[in-house]
Amino acid sequence: MSHTTTEITLVEAVNQALAYAMQQDPDVIVLGEDVGTNGGVFRATAGLLDKFGADRVLDTPLAESMIAGASIGMAAQGLKPVCELQFMGFVLPAIDQLLSHAIRMRNRTRGRIGCPLVVRTPFGGGIRAPEHHAESFESLFAHSPGCKVVVASTPARAYGLLLAAIRDPDPVIFMEPMRVYRLVKQAVPDDGIALPLGRAFVLREGADVTLISWGASIQETLQTADELAKQGISAEVIDVASIKPLDTETLLRSVQKTGRCVIVHEAPRTCGFGAEIAAIISEQAIYSLVAPVQRVTGYDVQIPYFQLEKAYIPSVARILAAAKQTLELV
Amino acid sequence: MTEFDSSSRFSGKADKQYAFVIPHYQYLDKEGKPTQSLPNFAQDKAEMLRIYRALQWIRHFDQKAINLQRTGKMGTYPSVLGQEAISVGIGHAMQKDDVLVPYYRDIGAQYLRGLPMENILRYWGGDERGMAFAGLSESEDFPLSVPIASQCLHAVGIAKAFQYRKQKRAVVVTIGDGGTSQGDFYEALNLAGTWQAPVVFVINNNRWAISVPLSLQTHCQTLAQKGVAAGIPGIQVDGNDVVAVKQLMQEALHQAREGQGPVLIEALSYRLGDHTTADDASRYRPAGELEQAWIEEPVKRVQSYLSHQQWWDDNQEQALQAQIQEEVTAIVDSYLTTAAQSASAMFDHLYATLPDDLKIQREQALRFEGVSL
Ligand SMILES: Cc1ncc(C[n+]2csc(CCOP(=O)(O)OP(=O)(O)O)c2C)c(N)n1
Ligand SMILES: [Mg+2]
Repeated sequence: MSHTTTEITLVEAVNQALAYAMQQDPDVIVLGEDVGTNGGVFRATAGLLDKFGADRVLDTPLAESMIAGASIGMAAQGLKPVCELQFMGFVLPAIDQLLSHAIRMRNRTRGRIGCPLVVRTPFGGGIRAPEHHAESFESLFAHSPGCKVVVASTPARAYGLLLAAIRDPDPVIFMEPMRVYRLVKQAVPDDGIALPLGRAFVLREGADVTLISWGASIQETLQTADELAKQGISAEVIDVASIKPLDTETLLRSVQKTGRCVIVHEAPRTCGFGAEIAAIISEQAIYSLVAPVQRVTGYDVQIPYFQLEKAYIPSVARILAAAKQTLELV
Repeated sequence: MTEFDSSSRFSGKADKQYAFVIPHYQYLDKEGKPTQSLPNFAQDKAEMLRIYRALQWIRHFDQKAINLQRTGKMGTYPSVLGQEAISVGIGHAMQKDDVLVPYYRDIGAQYLRGLPMENILRYWGGDERGMAFAGLSESEDFPLSVPIASQCLHAVGIAKAFQYRKQKRAVVVTIGDGGTSQGDFYEALNLAGTWQAPVVFVINNNRWAISVPLSLQTHCQTLAQKGVAAGIPGIQVDGNDVVAVKQLMQEALHQAREGQGPVLIEALSYRLGDHTTADDASRYRPAGELEQAWIEEPVKRVQSYLSHQQWWDDNQEQALQAQIQEEVTAIVDSYLTTAAQSASAMFDHLYATLPDDLKIQREQALRFEGVSL
């Protein structure tokens, strides 16, 4: 494997991880709508068809339930299907297969048959995409026992986490924030080293308040930390990265240190994954808190068409206001 | 025609067999010459001029929409270039009280059913108001559907309501060739067949589903034959021939309204543009295919027919183009001068009455509206 030093985008890192995994393991199969000749509508699978052939890179008919269902069968045979569902909004037709079968296969065969598939899906708003192209459904899967749910937020973490997802013996929902696909570049060595699933990443250490987020909202969360720093407030920023399993230890340790917490996510508020984190904090760290936990989330509405995306997606101003509330600065 | 005979694969002697015929219809060939005796409407100059005008109008509007996207004034847009005859044929065949359940390449039918086209621009321009059907609020037509094939089932439900109320009305639902791979499509065909529901299903077979060619979508020789398994008549029409589309649609709609059940129409066309403005077909479209498809395109053949009939000349053409240009420009201007919507828009129609907790969220959204950072 070549050790690249050129900086790459998140979508290129996904591509690099897929190529590495396919090279390393002949059982890895990539399938989905437009993943072959076109290399995916976001180019995440570009070049894979040429490199690995039409036997392993499958342009499927247009049907998500079919993609998920067929992946379950392949996975049961020990193949490692990595399917792309074109946008998270179009995960919905596949939900029956994923929630009725993929996540239950191991349990209902009492460990006899596993389901090591990966569902890759771009998610979230902010790129002026049409209706149904900007959804964030992490909670739907977090609420469904038997799968893992991973959210990439940088090129390096996308590379390492995707490799881990592909090597994992259970179904993994791998969410890629479209807004970050080409936003940042990083040098990502193509070393085949996976990052552990179930671990959160402390992106910035701080003492006064803990800011917790994942996916594209990490961008605004980090900017908020910068703003707070200008005002002499030191914020710790954590990328949850693995929604399930959740690294509660890292989250709790931080909140116990700062006593204040703001959780930021793009999905609607009610039953958003922020609610789960807030519940865990109240169960296990309530005596460390000096202020109520705050959530900055999408509103409880269908994510609006793109003109109002900005008003919907948690902004620095909203995160800042929430952080100041925990600091009693308002 | 190639034979499809399941008995050829098995050794025994079949004691029964069933045969199915899928016909293909064309009235005007690519030069605009009649291939069989034409229906009355096609011999009616005024009607054919109306149809031609609609085709040209849609082509013009479509190009404007692409330009708006290219200049950053609109979002992603799916062009209908090359498929105008399907949508215009549908629009011309429907009666006012029929219901249209469109997908995203049906602006011709929507236009002919009276939808002020600013709505279309607003929708693709990321404005909630695009779905308000401003200027056509009494319409029972559905808005276009983005989740592929889901609309097919809605159409059968609407048709069931017509049946239940003993109304002589019909539903038209459209879908792309790729969409026929979805379960919802088959479920809808099956249900419509079982209920003998007054639905006409129209497949716009433009040969591509983004980058996936029909050959990777199905092993079937035709998509029309998918009706056979549901007990529904399936036919193919030349989707570049607006006379064929309108004629077959009219017959199918009439049958549906008269209680003779659903029909599946596969209209063969070609996507002359990219899938949407976010796509680049040069990445996957084989060389030469586009050039060939342009020879068959639907607008020119009507123009040729009109000329053969001596119903049309260059002056008329220029006058028409100028008129359309003016109309479309007015629509674009109206779109571009639409005042921005408030953040309240994402809450306004979520429920008949907005619950109190959401009123609090709406206030918060309004408070942060326009706050920089
Ligand atoms: C359920 C679902 N899956 C995926 C998509 C993304 N998508 C939009 S259009 C399209 C291809 C549709 O092809 P076809 O049905 O042939 O219609 P065409 O666009 O060619 O008119 C895809 C995959 C979607 N809109 N809905
Ligand atoms: Mg198509």
